Amino acid sequence: MKRHLISAADLTRDDAVLILDTAEELARVADRTIRKLPTLRGRTVVNLFFEDSTRTRISFEAAAKRLSADVINFSAKGSSVSKGESLKDTALTLEAMGADAVVIRHHDSGAPHRLATSGWIGGSVVNAGDGTHEHPTQALLDAFTLRRRLVGGADGGVGRDLAGRRVTIVGDILHSRVARSGVHLLTTLGAEVTLVAPPTLVPIGAGRWPCEVSYDLDAVLPKSDAVMMLRVQRERMQAAFFPTEREYARRYGLDGRRMARMPDHAVVMHPGPMNRGMEITAEVADSDRCTAVEQVANGVSIRMAVLYLLLSGAESAVGTPAPTPTRSEETE
Amino acid sequence: MNGDNSTDDDNTGETAPARPVLEAPDIARVLTRIAHEIVERAKGADDVVLLGIPTRGTHLARRLGAKLEEITGRPLPVGSLDITMYRDDLRMRPARALARTEIPAEGIDGRLVVLVDDVLFSGRTIRAALDALNDIGRPRAVQLAVLVDRGHRELPIRADYVGKNLPTSLRETVKVRLTEEDGRDGVLLGVRGTTPAGER
Repeated sequence: MKRHLISAADLTRDDAVLILDTAEELARVADRTIRKLPTLRGRTVVNLFFEDSTRTRISFEAAAKRLSADVINFSAKGSSVSKGESLKDTALTLEAMGADAVVIRHHDSGAPHRLATSGWIGGSVVNAGDGTHEHPTQALLDAFTLRRRLVGGADGGVGRDLAGRRVTIVGDILHSRVARSGVHLLTTLGAEVTLVAPPTLVPIGAGRWPCEVSYDLDAVLPKSDAVMMLRVQRERMQAAFFPTEREYARRYGLDGRRMARMPDHAVVMHPGPMNRGMEITAEVADSDRCTAVEQVANGVSIRMAVLYLLLSGAESAVGTPAPTPTRSEETE
Repeated sequence: MNGDNSTDDDNTGETAPARPVLEAPDIARVLTRIAHEIVERAKGADDVVLLGIPTRGTHLARRLGAKLEEITGRPLPVGSLDITMYRDDLRMRPARALARTEIPAEGIDGRLVVLVDDVLFSGRTIRAALDALNDIGRPRAVQLAVLVDRGHRELPIRADYVGKNLPTSLRETVKVRLTEEDGRDGVLLGVRGTTPAGER
């Protein structure tokens, strides 16, 4: 039985399309006067954040609240964790409080997997970013943004995937859980992904990922339907991965001149937070081709969809592992 | 489609062949009559908004909207209202996919909303629809039009416009087939097979 969302690689194409379609429907709730649905009334969602994150946490919080769930925010700073409590003891505490879902952000890769498979808790585990491993809801909201922008139509592309769209992910691939989840999910949805980074920032083994790897941004730009710029994660860098910031910005940063070489329909994405002047110039960040703000809004819809599909029924409709029932059975 | 009687669509384990109770021309006639009744009761249907409950209620609402336009000579707003998020049995089944909610641009505040569904059974779908409406706006009044009323209400709910009253036993199944969804029109009455209890 599926119950968790740990990795974007666990999602089948049908799972992913179901999540995007559900999010498309739930996005309409934001346009109403009463932005609330009663669906998860009486359920408790715990945001367990061992690492600083404002936008992901408030996004999950807003999503859970719009579905009427009770939300408990638990951040490691100033909690028992800073006094040395282990993940296990924290988990047992949450279980004792009756958490139906635990949304976990952790600085160590694999922490959500541990939480989900250890038997410490009975609820669903949603990975909100673990170390340099994965960030599946970010990949989903990126796919959602791409589908709306590139596949589009009046209904936002409901029922369709990203077949044949070319997505280029640029920057600090090595430290990026967004890139890892993105590669898995976007290829599952039929997109062709190219990673562009300095050789030092391409992870070992990326050659076996279902994507191309290039070191030349200018060569890739003209054949990209979307370019996803990643932040250079200084806080995770204990070594010199490139000579100077200026050189990095020159070779791998996106400025107006480079943006002009992209096809007219192509969009620029950024998962945030942005380092203006580093991987992206203000000119690009503020242009209407940049979807950064849209991605934040879409994040709430995607997280509502994930929480709804994981928690509302007797069993989850998506996630880790097992195949989903077909759409026709679901809709009767 | 309508939540309370989803088993009506379930073909598995059926023993006796389903018997047609309404054919395509009957459905057309019934919808024409309901359209006239709406105009009569709403005194011209000036402020009527039709909201179909997916999936087949949405198609019926569109057809009803076309008939009303023929009668009154004016187009009137038609939309759909998905009630999945408001169901009372969500936790008893696997998570469900959502259907489309499309509220006409005019909104529903101060208007006469006519909910349209294919089969009225326990009334739980309509209960959920009323809750959903409550979150969207404040209609002047809400009425209910159904193609078939098969009885066995579990809530104090009744329809204002009924295509056909069909007394059934709980062992029977009522299946509405519409061209838009199923390739042909018809209402079929069957007998449920020996599906083990709790399977659906």
